Amino acid sequence: MALMEEKTQVTTPTHAAARRPVAPSVADASTPSLSLANEETVLEVEQFNLWYGEKQALFDLNLKFPRGKVTALIGPSGCGKSTLIRSINRLNDLIDSVRYSGDMRLNGHSIFGRDVDVIELRKRTGMVFQKTNPFPMSIYENVIYPLRIDGETRKSVLDEVVERSLRRAALWDEVKDRLHESALQMSGGQQQRLCIARAISAEPEVLLMDEPCSALDPIATGKVEELIYQLKGLYSVIIVTHNMQQAARVSDYTAFFYLGRLIEYDATEKIFTNPSNKQTEDYVTGRFG
Amino acid sequence: MERHFDQELAELKDALLRMSALAEQSVGEALKALVQRDSALAEKADAADEAIDHMEMEIDDRVVKLLALRQPAAKDLRFILMSMKIAAELERIGDQAVNIAHRVLKLNEEPQLKPFIDIPQMADLSCRMVHEALDAFVYAKPDQAQQIIARDDNVDKIETQLHRELTSFMLEDPHTITRAMNLIGVAHSLERIADHATNIAEEVVYLYEARDIRHQLART
Repeated sequence: MALMEEKTQVTTPTHAAARRPVAPSVADASTPSLSLANEETVLEVEQFNLWYGEKQALFDLNLKFPRGKVTALIGPSGCGKSTLIRSINRLNDLIDSVRYSGDMRLNGHSIFGRDVDVIELRKRTGMVFQKTNPFPMSIYENVIYPLRIDGETRKSVLDEVVERSLRRAALWDEVKDRLHESALQMSGGQQQRLCIARAISAEPEVLLMDEPCSALDPIATGKVEELIYQLKGLYSVIIVTHNMQQAARVSDYTAFFYLGRLIEYDATEKIFTNPSNKQTEDYVTGRFG
Repeated sequence: MERHFDQELAELKDALLRMSALAEQSVGEALKALVQRDSALAEKADAADEAIDHMEMEIDDRVVKLLALRQPAAKDLRFILMSMKIAAELERIGDQAVNIAHRVLKLNEEPQLKPFIDIPQMADLSCRMVHEALDAFVYAKPDQAQQIIARDDNVDKIETQLHRELTSFMLEDPHTITRAMNLIGVAHSLERIADHATNIAEEVVYLYEARDIRHQLART
């Protein structure tokens, strides 16, 4: 509940306010307005290594994800970005051959601690996948699924969560008159926004998105991107994407991975205008990958 | 990986080089028309401007298409944006050649006021600045570009000196006023050409080093 209270103090940024730089002086007009050094950390990855059997997939990763911001993970296929995001909610635990070293701390607490309840962890780290996965039940029941697991039965609470989550997922106006119809009747784009509503109904500390738009058409993609933009400030979003323009459009920070290593991590506008690393430059300009 | 996009960027660079050749040639001919008192050559320089204007439009058109269709990032983005800015500078250089040619046509209607020493020197400095700025662009030499910027002061100094000299001509003999004013106009155009060369050099530094060094504000 402490977290809920903290979140309610954060107001939803309007587009204009979020995009407007804070009175820059002439001298720093061309320097990025965002800096990781000024961010509060929500999730810290420390000396993290991961192996699938004998094959090492992640190498000594050290990075801090900022609170209330959107961080994009980019890199060619097989670079480890999905492996990393799936480590955050310990989905990799389901694979027998996986072992890892190092640590990840969500709001200061190790996610690998002995006392950590993995189901609880997965609620704190909501995840949205490439393929939409609404449950075969009503729209309403999909959204409150995480609360049902917790045994919440008060109708007033559930109704409130449904409306708030669907509004935040920019879906409310489209479905408010058919909340009790099957979620499977919705379009692909709506289903994906429903999955986002379900993920945020549990008020996660980080929202993980693994290629959330790659199965959607351009219009639905635009809506989901707009939604991600609106979730800034309310949630800390980590998004894996193959679409570099999408990373550029929606994220505040971008981390570029190659062959399991973090190559460069900086403000998105720096990565896409003047990356420090040659490999990053080659990747964002489409010279390899 | 060689990209189709690289070919398009090479074509853009090629268009800029053709444009710069036209602009440089136009300035050279306008100056030759002055020194050799050749009005036919001045007319030619005047007529060349249309081709330069066409080149600017062609380059802008390529830039718009590349931005819309390729969504360039990083160095590619800087290359495309700076190409558009350099094309605008070259177009203005072409306009200055026209201004010079018009002055020359008027000057050639009267006897020569004085031997041409300062103006050819200014022209030489300015044209070399333009040429070397374009070289720095083609051969990716931001250091060379930065050195060009410092040379703008030399051109300014000659202009000031010439201005003083021509003012004394006008004070001594009002009959020289028209010719002196036209010569001042020529010198001013050459000074402007050096300024455009300076801008190109700054744009080359930004292109290759992502440093914005304009207006003496050191930024990274």
